[in-house]
Amino acid sequence: MAPPRNRRPGFSRRAQYGRFIGYVGAAGGALIGAVLLLLSTFNPPAFAALRSVFSEITTPVASGLHWARRGLSGIPDGIGSYFAVHGENARLKKQLAKDALTVARAQTLEQENRRLRELVKLRDVTTDAIVAARLVNSSSSSTRRYATLNAGSWQGVKRGQPVRDPSGLIGQVIETSPNSARVLLLVDPESIVPVRRVRDGLPAIASGRGDGLLDIRSASVSTMGFRIGDVFVTSGTGGVFSPNIVVARVIRNQGDIAVAQPAANPDALDFALVQQTYLPEPAPAPSPTIQPKPAP
Amino acid sequence: MSPVEFIPMGQSEKPPRAVWLAPLSVMLGSLMTLLPVVAVVPFLPPFGLMVLLGWRMLRGDSMRVWVPVLLGLFDDMVSGQPLGSAMLLWTLCVLAIDVLDTRLVWRDFWQDWLIASGAIGFCLIAGRLVASPFGAHVDTALLLQMLASAALFPLIYRLCAWCDRDVRKQ
Repeated sequence: MAPPRNRRPGFSRRAQYGRFIGYVGAAGGALIGAVLLLLSTFNPPAFAALRSVFSEITTPVASGLHWARRGLSGIPDGIGSYFAVHGENARLKKQLAKDALTVARAQTLEQENRRLRELVKLRDVTTDAIVAARLVNSSSSSTRRYATLNAGSWQGVKRGQPVRDPSGLIGQVIETSPNSARVLLLVDPESIVPVRRVRDGLPAIASGRGDGLLDIRSASVSTMGFRIGDVFVTSGTGGVFSPNIVVARVIRNQGDIAVAQPAANPDALDFALVQQTYLPEPAPAPSPTIQPKPAP
Repeated sequence: MSPVEFIPMGQSEKPPRAVWLAPLSVMLGSLMTLLPVVAVVPFLPPFGLMVLLGWRMLRGDSMRVWVPVLLGLFDDMVSGQPLGSAMLLWTLCVLAIDVLDTRLVWRDFWQDWLIASGAIGFCLIAGRLVASPFGAHVDTALLLQMLASAALFPLIYRLCAWCDRDVRKQ
């Protein structure tokens, strides 16, 4: 494509000024962007309200897409079983092909049922679960790891609450809007969870690496090193995550730091459970009020 | 070839579809993050930016020069990056392409691809620097994401050209 030879849009003053003002607008907009970027770097939850407006609109769409995905994920099973059957009996093959979809659907339902039962049991033992909802989409193109939960403050979800599934911890709610919430996943580079080793209770800190794994650092002075296969659970320190939720398993040892694989895969789960914060935030200390001196 | 339309004297030609389709398609590209996948690594190319670059390369006059500010704001709302990063980076890219246009005598598809790949790489790297701490182990995934985006760009370019096909070529 040939660029315009002459960047002046003719002799019309109006067109020339219009173009100039356009460039002023672009430069000004870039400056505003830079200022907003600084603000949101130093105060990440600054624009949560604005984001929540958008997520209110987009989350139903994402929920629909997620529903379609769950529906479609039964189909590869059906096709696979169709091709796996050896072709010596055409009738049986036809019958199998006819049944394969039904079987796949039944399997999906059965699996979901089993998982739900597991969840119900889980809700029986931990009475502090607030809501079971689905993680419908995530920030797939960004280096940060956020997921969207399709339940929000109307369902009782509040900022800071931990999110888990039967197999382990997933993350923490960081922003809520009426019908959706934003979850900071465990593997986000800025996520930190206090943990302890199951074997001996060694306190440690699990922080996200950004590549789907966790770094485990010992929090005590007497570090004896980590072993491959060590399992870490939440310790309850800090009062956000209730103790004894499985977090990760060590897969690699790098001196003082161990690399661990999270126990829960956020993409494979059907339902995520939002739990109550372990210890409620302490009430603000009463501010000392100055007693007026009685007049003599 | 469609017959020549009769436009009466004193009436202007119908504006091309690109006027509304270009911003809309960029927003749809940004909304690709609604894919129902909970990713643990960044794998999705920045489709909003790629569509924007495609339009900018094919039809420089399809969008005003300040439109990337608003489109970037929308992208920041749905992408998970800190607010302002796409506003700033996308606008810088478009302004840089405007400057390049004054220097280049002619650009063909290969130069378009090269410029767009450079712009995508710049936006992804700068976005990573502002969003994630330096120590994060995201660089391998980021490199793969950049390669995938550069490889996918010709497809987006064709898509933009296809969207723009209502304009009569002289």
